Amino acid sequence: MLSSMEKSIAELRETFKNGGTKSISWRKSQLKALLQLINQNEDSIFKALDQDLGKSPVESYRDEVGVLKKSVTYTLSCLEKWVAPKKAEVPLLFFPAKAEVMPQPLGVVLIFSSWNFPFTLALDPLIGAISAGNTVLLKPSDLAPACMSFLVETIPKYLDNKAVKVLAGGADIGERLLQLKWDKIFFTGSPRVGRLVMAAAAKHLTPVTLELGGKSPAIVDTLSTTPSKAKVTAKRIVGGKWGPCTGQACIAIDYVLVEEKLASTLIELLKKTIKRFYGENIKSLKNISRIVNKHQFQRLVNLLKDPNVADSIVYGGSVDEEKLVIEPTILLDPPLDSEIMSEEIFGPLLPIITLKNIEESIDFINSKSNPLVIYAFTEDDTFKKRILSETSSGTVTFNDSMVQYRYSI
Amino acid sequence: MLMENKAENKAVFDAESAKEVVKELRDSFVTGKTKSHRWRVTQLKAMLKMLDENEPQIVAALRDDLSKPEFESSLYEIQMLKNSCRLALKEMNHWMMPEKAKTSLTTFPSSAEIVSEPLGVVLVISAWNYPFLLSLDPVVGAISAGNAIVLKPSEMAPASSSLIAKLVADYLDSSCIKVVEGAVPETSALLEQKWDKILYTGNGRVARIVMAAAAKHLTPVVLELGGKSPVIVDSNINLKVATRRIIAGKWGCNNGQACISPDYIITTKDYATKLVDSFKCELERFYGKDPLESKDLSRIVNSNHFDRLSKLMDEEKVSSKIVHGGQRNEKNLQIAPTIFLDVPVNSLIMKEEIFGPLLPIITVDKVEQSFDLIHSSGGKPLAAYLFTNNKKLKRKFVETVSAGGLVVNDTAVHLAIHSLPFGGVGESGMGSYHGKFSFDAFSHKKAVLYRGFAGDAFLRYPPYTPGKLTLLQALLSGSIVGIIRALLGWFWA
Repeated sequence: MLSSMEKSIAELRETFKNGGTKSISWRKSQLKALLQLINQNEDSIFKALDQDLGKSPVESYRDEVGVLKKSVTYTLSCLEKWVAPKKAEVPLLFFPAKAEVMPQPLGVVLIFSSWNFPFTLALDPLIGAISAGNTVLLKPSDLAPACMSFLVETIPKYLDNKAVKVLAGGADIGERLLQLKWDKIFFTGSPRVGRLVMAAAAKHLTPVTLELGGKSPAIVDTLSTTPSKAKVTAKRIVGGKWGPCTGQACIAIDYVLVEEKLASTLIELLKKTIKRFYGENIKSLKNISRIVNKHQFQRLVNLLKDPNVADSIVYGGSVDEEKLVIEPTILLDPPLDSEIMSEEIFGPLLPIITLKNIEESIDFINSKSNPLVIYAFTEDDTFKKRILSETSSGTVTFNDSMVQYRYSI
Repeated sequence: MLMENKAENKAVFDAESAKEVVKELRDSFVTGKTKSHRWRVTQLKAMLKMLDENEPQIVAALRDDLSKPEFESSLYEIQMLKNSCRLALKEMNHWMMPEKAKTSLTTFPSSAEIVSEPLGVVLVISAWNYPFLLSLDPVVGAISAGNAIVLKPSEMAPASSSLIAKLVADYLDSSCIKVVEGAVPETSALLEQKWDKILYTGNGRVARIVMAAAAKHLTPVVLELGGKSPVIVDSNINLKVATRRIIAGKWGCNNGQACISPDYIITTKDYATKLVDSFKCELERFYGKDPLESKDLSRIVNSNHFDRLSKLMDEEKVSSKIVHGGQRNEKNLQIAPTIFLDVPVNSLIMKEEIFGPLLPIITVDKVEQSFDLIHSSGGKPLAAYLFTNNKKLKRKFVETVSAGGLVVNDTAVHLAIHSLPFGGVGESGMGSYHGKFSFDAFSHKKAVLYRGFAGDAFLRYPPYTPGKLTLLQALLSGSIVGIIRALLGWFWA
């Protein structure tokens, strides 16, 4: 007796086997339907994001709706090119043979998305899976329940139910899904769960894409250039820390590295910018998301419990447990062995670590595991080259934050 | 007394030893030595020298381990390796250059590139059937991408394993490239460590163990496995050429013990007799009346595999289907090229990868039915072959059969084409290598975005207002008209 979950997956497999997702016209129709879904439900999407995370419409548009629209439109315009076989060169010895590399769908794909960008991290991989001709089971995170409900209710109204399914539920559902055989698993989340996903995938030799995180540093070397560049640097750091989901983002700036003698300049600039963007204090806080739930709230509050860490707070530090709000908080040189400096923060706390010389930031970063992004604010070309060749990270962005994701193609 | 001394002197390679090896390599890697273009070039040149100066020894080791004919050793192991080295030496500069990436109007002014960087310290676990090629070809890729490497050759080809260990120590930089010999205990010790990439060639059962071990450290893997590579034979073809090519791909490649060997044939009932006759004729031409006397066939690697293959041949309802061959010599670990006609589809020989000199032919009424048979046969294979002159059949084959690689009107040769990625899908593996794909397999493709300070888009930042929202929407859509309208609205608001 098959459970309803197993029946759903059997249907996805059947649809794929019958070639239901193969044609370019099917893929395009699904992508267009997804675009319609987004266009026709923007307000509901904004509402769900506000409910789950306190995101404002501008943040929601910038980081979720806008990103998705761009992704679908770009995919639609490139799809035929991507699907076409690519010619490969054949050595003279084999003349007159011809060779090509031909993309083929993998089959039935499982997508796990996370709670901090509940639309982008669910639908952007979905765009990829559909454009490649697969059937998909999407399991959104139950830690953003309004967004999850929206996806469960709305996707069936727009997309082909035999080929794209959405399953609501928590970790137990996730575990059950991982016991089954998939042709690919796409996971966004923490390294801890990433290991469990890959271990489960190993039983079936299922290839995985794991989008995880890390402590993404910002190296700051542009405070002694011009005042306007210093200001822009501060804006981009503030925007890259508290802008995306109040720091609850895999590519948010985790901590800052700056030369000792410039630390106070930086802190003053950051304070001014924070006040202008988000308000004077916790009571008048605006334009900023909240912490997703009590568990994450408590985890962040615990990071500040260590007296040596609490002593290093130079701005902010106030919390509102009822509203799940922690105001933008800056710390100056918390102990390097404290949890706040060894775990990914994923919240609105910004440690500033001072160095004698900014070049030391390379060794500092290398002493920790590879981050997802390294942000480097510098105009020194030699330093840029050293950062590129002597550090390892998913991405490097010079003189800005977040844009490599938001506006990437 | 002598025995005791021997036991004391033999060092045990356990988890501690493995940890030390990894630490040594990581310390070497961190110095940046393997990243330099010069280091990579000297290593590849040294490998070429190694192959040039030791051809007879390599041929001898392969003869010891597999009775591999010199022809096969020279061509499929040594020559292919040399080609790999030469290609990497020629193209590496180009491969190492950052690739420019397009940026959009929204981040103007900016520039973007994708930078290839070495992953770090990588583990290559190789197989016994092409012990030199499957050990050193991945090593060529790992070197060209600038990594430090541990190579674990297969213990089932002991002469080759020991020769590889000696040659690598003599010719390559042992502070950055090491060989660890051994079997399950040594491999397990290695798998407990944290690697930046693991490339494993072998079977699905061990691949699951490798991937599960890798999962603990989030280590990405390339798994080069196998499967039942089918050959569809249509009528109206040049039968002589097709037969010869199938023989070359099957018995000419380590006597069927190759991951991309044609495993079984599907042809029409009408054509089967002609096909079998053609095989009989060509097999005799290639290997003589008594193939067990031929020097041009590898032997079965060991008695375990000999017994495994015997079991496949002797299964009831299968043994009666032999239409050619069947001779065996257990002492010499030899099985003659053996062809079966219409064994039951649920027999063992049709369920597991054969990896030996047995070739079942399954017949269907219409050649188009081959596709259903292939799809119902379980996992996706590493290769699939089709012999036909029918354009429609070719198209259907390419569009519907899912396998690592497909070849029309030949077998196995796609291995030698470096512009094609070599790897499997589903049960036949994940990831690929050969040519630039090897370089890519052992590289991290780092995304890099360069921004300046001009043109800071104020509308990214709070305070968030409806006007900003409209402008942002226009900007993200890329529509010039929309942007102008929104800007006008903003200014005149």
